[in-house]
Amino acid sequence: MKKLWITLTYAVFLVLLIAPLVRIFSGSWAEGWDGFIEALTRPQSLHALWMTFLIVIIVTALNTLFGVMLAIYLVRADWLGRRMKQLLNSIVDLPFAVSPVIGGLMIVLLLGPNTIIGTFFEDIGFKVVYAMPGMIIATLFVTFPMMVREVMPVLQEIGSQQEEAASTLGAYSWYTFWHVTWPSIRWGVIYGVVLTVARSMGEFGAVLVVSGNIINKTQTATTLVYQDVENFNIVAANSVALVLAAISIGLLLLMEWAKKRKEVH
Amino acid sequence: MNYMLRSRWWSFGFRSAIMLYFIILIVLPILGVYTQSFSLGWAPFWESVSDPLAWKAVLLTIRLALIATVINVLIGTMIGWVLIRYRFFGRRILNSLVDLPFALPTAVGGLMILLLLGPGSFVGDAAQRLGFEIVFHEPAIVIAMLFVTFPFVIRAVQPLLEEMDKAEEEAAYTLGASKAKTFLRVIFPTMLPGILSGAMLAFSRGLAEFGAVVLVAGNIPGKTLIASVYIFGEVESDNPQGAAAVSIILLTLSFLILWLLNVIQSRRSGV
Repeated sequence: MKKLWITLTYAVFLVLLIAPLVRIFSGSWAEGWDGFIEALTRPQSLHALWMTFLIVIIVTALNTLFGVMLAIYLVRADWLGRRMKQLLNSIVDLPFAVSPVIGGLMIVLLLGPNTIIGTFFEDIGFKVVYAMPGMIIATLFVTFPMMVREVMPVLQEIGSQQEEAASTLGAYSWYTFWHVTWPSIRWGVIYGVVLTVARSMGEFGAVLVVSGNIINKTQTATTLVYQDVENFNIVAANSVALVLAAISIGLLLLMEWAKKRKEVH
Repeated sequence: MNYMLRSRWWSFGFRSAIMLYFIILIVLPILGVYTQSFSLGWAPFWESVSDPLAWKAVLLTIRLALIATVINVLIGTMIGWVLIRYRFFGRRILNSLVDLPFALPTAVGGLMILLLLGPGSFVGDAAQRLGFEIVFHEPAIVIAMLFVTFPFVIRAVQPLLEEMDKAEEEAAYTLGASKAKTFLRVIFPTMLPGILSGAMLAFSRGLAEFGAVVLVAGNIPGKTLIASVYIFGEVESDNPQGAAAVSIILLTLSFLILWLLNVIQSRRSGV
């Protein structure tokens, strides 16, 4: 009986996860090493990968900063009532429930060229939708819960006694944060960072709607894969996808490592 | 005194900045969709929603997401159980692999399925000879949803199994209950909350999925066009009001699921 269950588990993994991965690897070698390199060094591929890199860096930095702060407020702040905290707490999860396409649509509706805010920004020479700022906002929206959800349980678990002891001599300060809070939430934050990087690198729906997918301008790696598939340029799509998949596997290993450290702590 | 005052101003500024960020980024856009879809009044809203292509897309999405969730519950429960209870070669690697769909861009996931099952592939050709159509038909959409939501049930069930007291199970077993009965009466009830919340997460993610599905679905209106792809099409054809109208059906459904999930979880921690 035990053998049967283990075999079944292996079968599911093989069919659902391992076979597709292997297929991506073999697919990008369909035209040999040269084909792979050629697809990757196309100007649009380089540009798309660069865009994705920029978005990941900016989004991860902002999301980490605001996510950690918000988590601390939601767990510790007395100036928020209990009811208010509960309400905010459930709002944090909303982006998980929103389809990425709808997330993108929201930003187009709010900041698009036909809206008040959109025309205002356009008048001062700042394009939001169909440009980088919109793509960053969309990715920020989608990745928002990641950091908060990783840090909050850790904060709740460690309790506030240590911090209170440390800050009896003064208000909650940077000193308390760096010397008392940070060491205990560190691995939670790192785990959240890895999740955010993975999600912002892989974001597709929201970015596709907001960016307009303009080649060599607002195209990211994932939207380039989509365009290549639509143009039946499968080998090229494969090569870019392989790069993304390789990074994802690297992130997965990082996630494992961070998780282990988190548990040790 | 001076220092105190300054730090209070600082913390006040900090608080306001964080809260403002939170509201502008999350709350405002969601309110924006709801107001936009009613911006022209009830009649155009109703018109957009009652467009047969629109509600067919929504119904199709719900049906396929349900199928994917049921499959997910079955294999997720099994895998969660096997990975926690049995020690075997490769267990750790498999356990890490579970999260792969979370780490992998969904568009890459869609491309994988397309390559593996699409025209010209071994499986695709074999299925076609048997008279099955996979890619650009409903099965491909279910597979794409299944791939994307794969980790949810497993990750929800695992902590419950780890926490579970083995003594209960052994007691039931030594008191003469059969293995199947032990499972049904002792183990399954422990896993049930995890299965439920995992299933709900998987279902709402399935409803929302776009990247993996758009590549494999073929997107034929009324047949394989799911709701998120329909919304994307409306945006592309410059009909944001219609897109918003269908969006809020999907959104309201997802929010309901999220709310139910919260109720279940707060009940659990309350006991």
